[in-house]
Amino acid sequence: MTKLFDNIPEGPLADKWTKYKADAKLVNPANRRNIDVIVIGTGLAGGAAAASLGEMGFNVKSFCFQDSPRRAHSIAAQGGINAAKNYQNDGDSTYRLFYDTIKGGDYRSREANVYRLAEVSANIIDQCVAQGVPFAREYGGLLDNRSFGGVQVQRTFYAKGQTGQQLLIGAYQALSRQINKGTVTMYNRHEMMEIVKIDGKARGIIARNLITGEIEKHSAHAVVVASGGYSNVFFLSTNAMGSNCTAAWKSYKNGAHFANSCYVQIHPTCIPVTGDHQSKLTLMSESLRNDGRIWVPKKKEDSQAIAKGEKTALDIAEDDRDYYLERRYPAFGNLVPRDVASRAAKERCDAGFGVNKTGQAVFLDFSDAINRLGKDAVEARYGNLFQMYEKITAENPYEMPMKIYPAIHYTMGGIWVDYNLQTAVPGLFAAGEANFSDHGANRLGASALMQGLADGYFVLPYTISNYLADDIRTGAISTEHAEFEKAEKAVKDRLDFFMNNKGSKSVDYFHKKLGKVMWEKCGMARNKEGLEEAIEEIKAIREEFWKEVKVPGVQNSFNQELEKAGRVADFIELGDLMCRDALSREESCGGHFREEHQTTEGEALRNDEDYTYVAAWEYKGDNETPELHKEDLKFENIELKQRSYK
Amino acid sequence: MNLTLKVWRQNGAEDKGRIVEYKMSDISPDMSFLEMIDVLNEELIEKGDDPIAFDHDCREGICGSCSMYINGEPHGPEDLITTCQLHMRSFKDGDTIYIEPWRAAAFPVIKDLVVDRTAFDAIIQVGGYVSVNTSGNTQDANALPVPKADADAAFDAATCIGCGACVATCKNSSAMLFTSAKISHLALLPQGKVEAQERALNMVEKMDELGFGNCTNTGDCEVQCPKGISLDNIALMNREFLGASLKSEK
Repeated sequence: MTKLFDNIPEGPLADKWTKYKADAKLVNPANRRNIDVIVIGTGLAGGAAAASLGEMGFNVKSFCFQDSPRRAHSIAAQGGINAAKNYQNDGDSTYRLFYDTIKGGDYRSREANVYRLAEVSANIIDQCVAQGVPFAREYGGLLDNRSFGGVQVQRTFYAKGQTGQQLLIGAYQALSRQINKGTVTMYNRHEMMEIVKIDGKARGIIARNLITGEIEKHSAHAVVVASGGYSNVFFLSTNAMGSNCTAAWKSYKNGAHFANSCYVQIHPTCIPVTGDHQSKLTLMSESLRNDGRIWVPKKKEDSQAIAKGEKTALDIAEDDRDYYLERRYPAFGNLVPRDVASRAAKERCDAGFGVNKTGQAVFLDFSDAINRLGKDAVEARYGNLFQMYEKITAENPYEMPMKIYPAIHYTMGGIWVDYNLQTAVPGLFAAGEANFSDHGANRLGASALMQGLADGYFVLPYTISNYLADDIRTGAISTEHAEFEKAEKAVKDRLDFFMNNKGSKSVDYFHKKLGKVMWEKCGMARNKEGLEEAIEEIKAIREEFWKEVKVPGVQNSFNQELEKAGRVADFIELGDLMCRDALSREESCGGHFREEHQTTEGEALRNDEDYTYVAAWEYKGDNETPELHKEDLKFENIELKQRSYK
Repeated sequence: MNLTLKVWRQNGAEDKGRIVEYKMSDISPDMSFLEMIDVLNEELIEKGDDPIAFDHDCREGICGSCSMYINGEPHGPEDLITTCQLHMRSFKDGDTIYIEPWRAAAFPVIKDLVVDRTAFDAIIQVGGYVSVNTSGNTQDANALPVPKADADAAFDAATCIGCGACVATCKNSSAMLFTSAKISHLALLPQGKVEAQERALNMVEKMDELGFGNCTNTGDCEVQCPKGISLDNIALMNREFLGASLKSEK
């Protein structure tokens, strides 16, 4: 059994990172160019890490499956990025951002990691502005802020509804600069297929060139997995179609632990599902809740009339509307955290008050804001979001309230890492959404961008150097090593299997089937019985998949079905682990809601006595039960409280 | 609704390629255009045929992956959206729809509707950035106020998603709108102003070298751009380029 060490530096919370940086080992510039680092993924974490490590002089190889490193799904983040700048003079501080993040995460994250995140947040804004990221500004020329769910200060920096795009392009530009300098070699349209370990250390990867189908061996002294989250295990999510868990899952199967996989975030404001053809869900930024009011009719007959098309929202009198978030949570109102807002929507819809054909939608209404601020002001804030909504639904949100419903959006769980962002495998690091570290059981809005960039720009450059300082005499790693041959063969065998299996069902058939089980039994609400059923159902899906999956085309060419087949095979296995994780956590916290554990008012009920730990699962073999390791979370600076937004 | 699709099929860069016809029935107006292709692909897989390859990822109009001509227009008939945001309610029962890849020498076809757009990355790599290290040790973000009008104009230029519709629609396959958007975005901000002329020179040279054509001010790029990037950016770029050319001894 491996033992987990969090490797948190000694000393007071506020001094840990400063002390770490002062004590960390360095690699001198002449040695850096002889050291290779592989970075998988080019989102905020991966792009920023590759650029920064390249800048330092390491030999970086950057991989992405998309046609360009500018397309990773960080680009779709809309609302903003948090930073404790206190530009608005409303009492913000590093400590308050730290506190809000721990509380928002329902006390299931590590104090030291979160504090470091809050500490470097202000630098991110400085850095991005220096790179030319065009954040929103006030007329005086200074940066504008807005507030986001779960907090009572205005610390969110934004660029209209395209903050993720602007930050990603910033990281992409920094990466492009290094590619031009020759410090980073870019491998776009490449998929990471396997991790290669030599003498217990991560020493490279096997990748597939997605254009030619060629299998390539790439060696390195360290490997960074920044491949994003695993929301697509649900088939329908707000993630991009190509977002996948393969790099993270291969890390797990090679000895990295997978932590807290049951913590998934359901975003409360997405466009509702319209039919079976649905391929993905579209999110409407949480920032809309600053000015939009969420409601359903007070009377069921009104909801039914709206669903049938006999009435519209405009026909419902003010007194007949139930602004249920304002009613239940007067202190935070429409700005309660995402998990709370999502469950409240589900509660109303399950009770029969939903407002569309499927019964699964609530209103998000801007009429008050338009009356108060004027249409122009609302358009300036949310114009592109309103336009996007209208294009998809053919309804004008300036005139008719939007219809929204929660959807899977982000995964807090991920690869277990220590304070160095290193996994249980030496030399294998995980950053951004791919790791589990900073958001506990629930992520606050505008914190994903913050974490991705913090990990990539400011944390990994120090921690990877510290690790690589012991590798300066190793020399180049040969890809002729037997471990490379072994990993390459395993990859080729699996691809051969897919191409030669004469099955009868497409990859999507299995993906949709898996997604349905996950959404119904391991989604917004879970219970023991459902989770146990899900484990059995997933087992059956897995057996059927390996018997019946059908992949057309040829192996050594551009073959999108073959790409999907490998990804879905991994999702099926991950789904099983998520259900086990959810089953073992006998409490409700953040995005994990166990129906057995709730207050009489239907609020989540934590069990701090027994579950204040990180559940890190270790792979034991294909048909073996994974082993649970518990990393106890020690709260030395914050007192654990029941979260209340009332 | 029932539709006839005429889709460009090309099995790799060496293949000549051809239009193949497919009949579709029971298409819902609520479906997105790409979901309609998903449905067709499921049918093709079931029949044992090779599904249509096409680039797509975020499916919400921001990643810039999707890239197809629909009835001769990049991203189809609606303004200011990408293909993935196009819904079938924009078509009517009985329509015939032609679907083809971007056509430009600098964007060779990889397969079917998938093209290679790495030439765009190559243009950015020679100067589409501010030369600042990512250490975080820069000045405070509010130390340098930027007039709101400039910041907003820079943002508008920076919303380019790099999809390539501007090149695809241009009779000269020019990449001027794409290149100028990045040059403007950075030149309009004090942080990017220092390198503005050199940046323009390097990026324009790279653009020419990669086989993109010249600009003859037809303006179709602006019309077809899903993000509404303005032609004014090209004027700004020309100003920086001219300034640089006068100084340069290259």
